[in-house]
Amino acid sequence: MTAELVRGQNHPLPQTRLEIRISAGNPIVAGATLGDERGTVHGAEWVAHPASPQLAGIEVPKQAAADHRLAVDLDAMPEHIHRVTVLLALPTGVGGPTRFGAMAAPSVAVTGLDGTEIAGYTITDLDSESAVAALELYRRQGAWKVRAIGQGYAGGLAAMLHDQGLEQGTDLAARINEAVARGVARSVAQPPPRPEGDGRVRTAAAGGGTDPAPAQPQQPQGAPQQPQTPPQQPQGTPAAGGPIDYQHPGRRTAAPPTPPPTAPPAAPGQPAQPVAGDASGWSMDERLYNQVWGMFEDLARTTAAYRSAVDFAESRMEQELDRVLSDPRTRVGPAADSARAEARAKQTDLVEQARIALDRDLAQLIAEAEVVESALPYAYARWDSPVWQAYQVPMEVPMALRLGDLHLPERADLRIPMLVRLPLERGLWIDAGRSGSFDGPADSGELRRLAADAAVAIAARMLAVYPAGEFAVRVIDPAGSAAGSFAPLVGSGVLAEPPAAGAQGVSAVLAALTQRVDLVQMAIRSGATDALPPDMDTAEQLLIVHDFPHGFDDRAVTQLRYLADEGPSVGVHLMMVADREDARAYGPVLDPLWRSLLRLTPVADDHLADPWVGHAWTYEPPTVPPGSRVLDQVVGEVGRAAQALRAARARQSYGS
Amino acid sequence: MTVNMSKGQAISLQKADGGTLTAVRMGLGWQAAPRRGLFGSRTREIDLDASAVLFADKQPTDVVFFRHLVSDDGSVRHTGDNLVGGAGQGGDDEAILVDLQRVPVHIDQIVFTVNSFTGQTFAEVQNAFCRLVDETNGQELARYTLTGGGQYTAQIMATVQRAGASWQMKAVGEPANGRTFQDLMPHILPHL
Repeated sequence: MTAELVRGQNHPLPQTRLEIRISAGNPIVAGATLGDERGTVHGAEWVAHPASPQLAGIEVPKQAAADHRLAVDLDAMPEHIHRVTVLLALPTGVGGPTRFGAMAAPSVAVTGLDGTEIAGYTITDLDSESAVAALELYRRQGAWKVRAIGQGYAGGLAAMLHDQGLEQGTDLAARINEAVARGVARSVAQPPPRPEGDGRVRTAAAGGGTDPAPAQPQQPQGAPQQPQTPPQQPQGTPAAGGPIDYQHPGRRTAAPPTPPPTAPPAAPGQPAQPVAGDASGWSMDERLYNQVWGMFEDLARTTAAYRSAVDFAESRMEQELDRVLSDPRTRVGPAADSARAEARAKQTDLVEQARIALDRDLAQLIAEAEVVESALPYAYARWDSPVWQAYQVPMEVPMALRLGDLHLPERADLRIPMLVRLPLERGLWIDAGRSGSFDGPADSGELRRLAADAAVAIAARMLAVYPAGEFAVRVIDPAGSAAGSFAPLVGSGVLAEPPAAGAQGVSAVLAALTQRVDLVQMAIRSGATDALPPDMDTAEQLLIVHDFPHGFDDRAVTQLRYLADEGPSVGVHLMMVADREDARAYGPVLDPLWRSLLRLTPVADDHLADPWVGHAWTYEPPTVPPGSRVLDQVVGEVGRAAQALRAARARQSYGS
Repeated sequence: MTVNMSKGQAISLQKADGGTLTAVRMGLGWQAAPRRGLFGSRTREIDLDASAVLFADKQPTDVVFFRHLVSDDGSVRHTGDNLVGGAGQGGDDEAILVDLQRVPVHIDQIVFTVNSFTGQTFAEVQNAFCRLVDETNGQELARYTLTGGGQYTAQIMATVQRAGASWQMKAVGEPANGRTFQDLMPHILPHL
């Protein structure tokens, strides 16, 4: 996901609450100027700097430091602000280097609140400059983007501020330097991290802020008077004007600064009590993800140890029995009997010891799974988890999504969540065929219905974990044979269009998606993502193809293969609900397509291998508990959010 | 308190307080011998590789080396390939961690070997050592320093084997030839 930018390159910003992380080898000053449509800065109150660190939507540090984090909330930016320029300067009069050329190249990264990097930029080839405009965030067609600038100024802060249209730049630069010098004199060491539950939250004050920062910059002269309605906001955000809540609404624990929970000290001789989130990571989301993968690996390895011990015990016993048999003197008689008994006893003994070791590890993992399972956010949780009952449309995409459960035959009730990273790197194939070894329903029609249900359950989870308007699902159901399964998606209004039917519908959907992939790829290759047509839906797309290859001609099959190959890198994902047998007329040419997809089954089946040892794990799809309405409630919520967003967008385009 | 071992010596891996060790690290270090004559200051890189072979009753069941860094059961982990060797700082250049509690019950010996992947002989190596460290507190338990490098490209350094409920370490120090551990198998078997 991370884009390493070069000077002049831009990159879309997927979210509006961001952190800008700056790191340099020496203490530097970080600030930001706010500009109007033409990039002009209309006065000192349009500059966030150490003497006046808070403006609406942005907060900068008060001191010079080698590492900075700037908090940005673009939703809270007044509407007339079109450009936020992040600037760096070397402090004057405090010792240290006086030009950027004398120190390590500073680097700037735009990250989400959980620390996931969106775009990074290292400002190289600076020499005598002592101030630099590092990057800018700017509005383009209602969305925010970031561009790497790297414009240095040998004349320092004053020259840079002048260049941005600020007449009193010299005075302001002097004020900034004075504040920094005071700060340097004051600062001894970094303050210790605040204890949890301290109650103080970082706020980027907006509206009625404290002196000396008049937080509401005056309307630039000549600019059209725009109604001061806040930009449309996703649910759960405080309106621009209130303090910004940096808590992630979908997360139980606060983001980065929280230390990971650690297990309390164990009683001597006892294994430590497991704690949810006891793994490394920047956020609870990431810690739980790592913990689940840690449990997955531990279970794979401890089972490998057990199986290898049992195999060894068996083969040793067989060898010993063979030896008894092959020696004519010992083949019969009491000596042979006792040798055989001894061989069997050795085998039993070793297997028993291996089982004890396995049970010890399993007990630990089961205890851990219990606490972890109940702490999982909904993206990682099963449908029967209570967190789904409190579902709200999220503000940001989680790290991963649970696609089902995995277990091994040694302990079928120890289920590991199968988490895959988002955005998906490969398509999914819900196998409606009977190729597996499972004892599923005998009726192939029933199996097809289960496959369509599993596809809907997975698609609903994907829709639910993406913010409103950032994920769209299209369905191809040529014969309408899965109308019953797709009813929850159709009824809730989460689909932009009803499922495509007939050969015409198939070719229309495939042509639209093919064109989209092609356009986005061209735009990315030529670095001109601005040039995409304004009416293009920027959301990630999931295409569900049911009943393949019904309704597909050769051209459509070729387009489908193109989407499977090229789509994931530009946000177009494929989910096939198909029985491979139906497409056997195509022969081996479709084999690469099936291989490129992650195969899932509508009923429990052992076909997935782990990356460490390669055990066969039994996969169980994320089925909704019988009688539960949770899926309908969740997609209903997603549908309402999507409709609200469409209405807001329509209003916006009407207004402008 | 470290024990300087000599070839063939065995020590029991009991803690001073009688408890058993839970996790140990086998660290290996080496240094290129200085060259005499012209260009003596030019350092050469020697790529020695540490490997651990897990044996169950004299049958190899798993190997941990630079292409398979973790044993399938997860009990033995190689910290990564070092291609050049330390400049003789005395630290470990390659290390293999063994979680003794998690070693599968049928594994009764772990053999540690060193091979010269680039083909230089141990005549060009100096200060090669292996040492066993208690991973829980960083204390060195035993150290075996190689003496008298010769015209061979591999070393069977030491074995860690079960002794009842506990483990013991034995310094082997047997020269051999080979590029990777596979070449050493015939040489290892007599020491089991």
